[in-house]
Amino acid sequence: MVASAPSGVRQQGVSRFVWPIGFVIVIGLLFYFYHNLLPNLQNNVASDITAWLPLSTLNESMVWVIMALGLNVVVGYAGLLDLGYVAFWAIGGYAAGWLMSQPWAYSATFHLLAPPSVTKAQGIHVTFWLVLIVAGFVCAVAGLIIGAPTLRLRGDYLALVTLGFGEMIGQVAKNGNVFGVNLTNGDTGIPVIDPIGTGPLGNIKGIPKQLGAFDDTFKLLVLAALAGVCLFISLRIRDGRLGRAWLAIREDELAASMMGVPVMKAKLAAYATGAFFGGLGGVGFASAITGNVASSRFDFSVSITVLLMVVLGGMGNVWGVTIGAIVLSWINATGLNQLGVQYDQWTGFHVGDKFKQNQYLLFGLVLVLMMLFRPGGFIPEKRTMKLMLTPSRTEAESLGADISEAEAEDDLSVVEEAEHGEVLKK
Amino acid sequence: MIEAPSTASPAASEPPIDELIASNWLYASHITIRFGGLVAVSDVTFSIPPKSIVSLIGPNGAGKTTFFNVITGLYAPSEGRIFFRGADITAVKPHLRAAGGLARTFQNIRLFNLMTAEENVMVAMHSKLKSGMISTVIRTPRQRREEREARDLAHDLLRFVGIGKVAGETARNLSYGDQRRLEVARALALAPKVLLLDEPTAGMNPQESAVFNDFVHRVRDEKDVAILLIEHDMSVVMRVSERITVLDRGEMIAEGSPDEVRNNPRVIEAYLGTSGAEQSRDKS
Repeated sequence: MVASAPSGVRQQGVSRFVWPIGFVIVIGLLFYFYHNLLPNLQNNVASDITAWLPLSTLNESMVWVIMALGLNVVVGYAGLLDLGYVAFWAIGGYAAGWLMSQPWAYSATFHLLAPPSVTKAQGIHVTFWLVLIVAGFVCAVAGLIIGAPTLRLRGDYLALVTLGFGEMIGQVAKNGNVFGVNLTNGDTGIPVIDPIGTGPLGNIKGIPKQLGAFDDTFKLLVLAALAGVCLFISLRIRDGRLGRAWLAIREDELAASMMGVPVMKAKLAAYATGAFFGGLGGVGFASAITGNVASSRFDFSVSITVLLMVVLGGMGNVWGVTIGAIVLSWINATGLNQLGVQYDQWTGFHVGDKFKQNQYLLFGLVLVLMMLFRPGGFIPEKRTMKLMLTPSRTEAESLGADISEAEAEDDLSVVEEAEHGEVLKK
Repeated sequence: MIEAPSTASPAASEPPIDELIASNWLYASHITIRFGGLVAVSDVTFSIPPKSIVSLIGPNGAGKTTFFNVITGLYAPSEGRIFFRGADITAVKPHLRAAGGLARTFQNIRLFNLMTAEENVMVAMHSKLKSGMISTVIRTPRQRREEREARDLAHDLLRFVGIGKVAGETARNLSYGDQRRLEVARALALAPKVLLLDEPTAGMNPQESAVFNDFVHRVRDEKDVAILLIEHDMSVVMRVSERITVLDRGEMIAEGSPDEVRNNPRVIEAYLGTSGAEQSRDKS
């Protein structure tokens, strides 16, 4: 034990620098590859790569990583099952819609560090970077408002109420009209969201002044940076006063409150942190991926998909969740379609599009298999792994005599078998 | 046959309530708890003087644990008030009572099983630490110092209860006795003034129970706390307690020193039944 403590500290010290550097290198290489190498590659190689791993899918997966990390704080760290996480994606998206769009139902004009293409346009145009922060905090406040009445509930009840809130936000978005004010423009949605401005960086040669439809490579950098910030916050917040309180609540809420942990406050903090990430993801998605906000995107299946990423990746494990989000969003956006196309090519059938159509059937199957054979996820959290691999000592010892008896019997049967074998040999 | 002071008629000689509130670290005045039509605890007045070791005993279903839960704030009393170090805490939430220095352990151990012993203790320091979300993410020097000090304190507490060597071990892997000790260390991390131990020797073997006596005294003397025990094991109760309160069917039937309680006919009756009480009277 004495030896393990310093080694643990050293490991922590190393990994503190290893992962950010590794992350930057991986993203840098991806950027270099897509920005500099891919346009110069031979046609058939390049088309294969753009078919199997298009940059747009990679960008989208970064948004999913942000969302999954946010939900992981709520579900993985604090153990609160939230089935309505899409609400925060929607609120983040609409925050972007309100603060950085062409006018859709209003006539105000306001500019704040807007990117060059819209400096003369009508409507409210605030720079992406500021909207990110605003949307994050708006979502955090929304999380507090939604959480305050609901987080008193436990387990299944909480899940049901969060599900309801997720649906409500979706319906409000679809309806559009809130007390006579057109907030969301209903089904049509908010058509054009401003591109990301690069500010002073835009003066450097080779960097566009704003990231339009054809600057996916730079969007990768922006979204990956956001995901990196979320990773950083996730990892750090876990190892502190609040992270410990969350784990304690996950394990035993009553005992935690008896040890002076303000359970409601800690749960609200988890909810608000998760919502903050949701806001970042929502703005990133609206501005960099779709360029519009449409209510049809915010339905229940999104909540379930994000939850699936968290559960399959490994609840509570930041890296598991990140990989889960990347893999699942790839399967969603490209993998299934591409497999279908490939299948058709090999077999000559025309059933490829069925792959994508049945994605939730497939996800369900994968989930069942995972729960059977690897219930902790791809990369289970350290603690969950312990729970699954070793029986609790007190539990096992409460059986005490039975276990030793069973072992004795086992030993006996081994001896018998051995003797039997020897007899046979003779 | 010593006649023990009965609680039936003490009102006349009782000092004024203000004095009782001020002179006791915990004073529960005329507590009644009803669950529907059932009266679980009826008009019990109970005090814990500074740095004392007092016990609450009684046969099964006497209302000991219910009373305990009222003190820690899990139930609100139907009638009566609770004062902790001079302040009325009847309406104060459980986690604030804990943060204010009213710590407890659990009858059936409730540790945070997947966390290490050290982390278990550090969770209880939550109310003592100050760093918020942002300073944790940035890791300000103050936050790092606070964490380091908290960890050192946790190690001190673990050593104090005698399990310093397993600080990095997951709580669920500890032996039963060590888990009980860890619960005490965790409760002590709240820097309590009153420590409530709910059947601390349950499941311990006779040797462990024997050591327990010294342990309780050491905790009281070195950590400057008053201790309330709920206990089934009579030999432990009689040895360790300075004052014993006996509950039976929700009512306080006796209070006094171990010797007084031991010889109180109502206590004997409650524990052994009427015929048992007669037999024991015949013997003495």
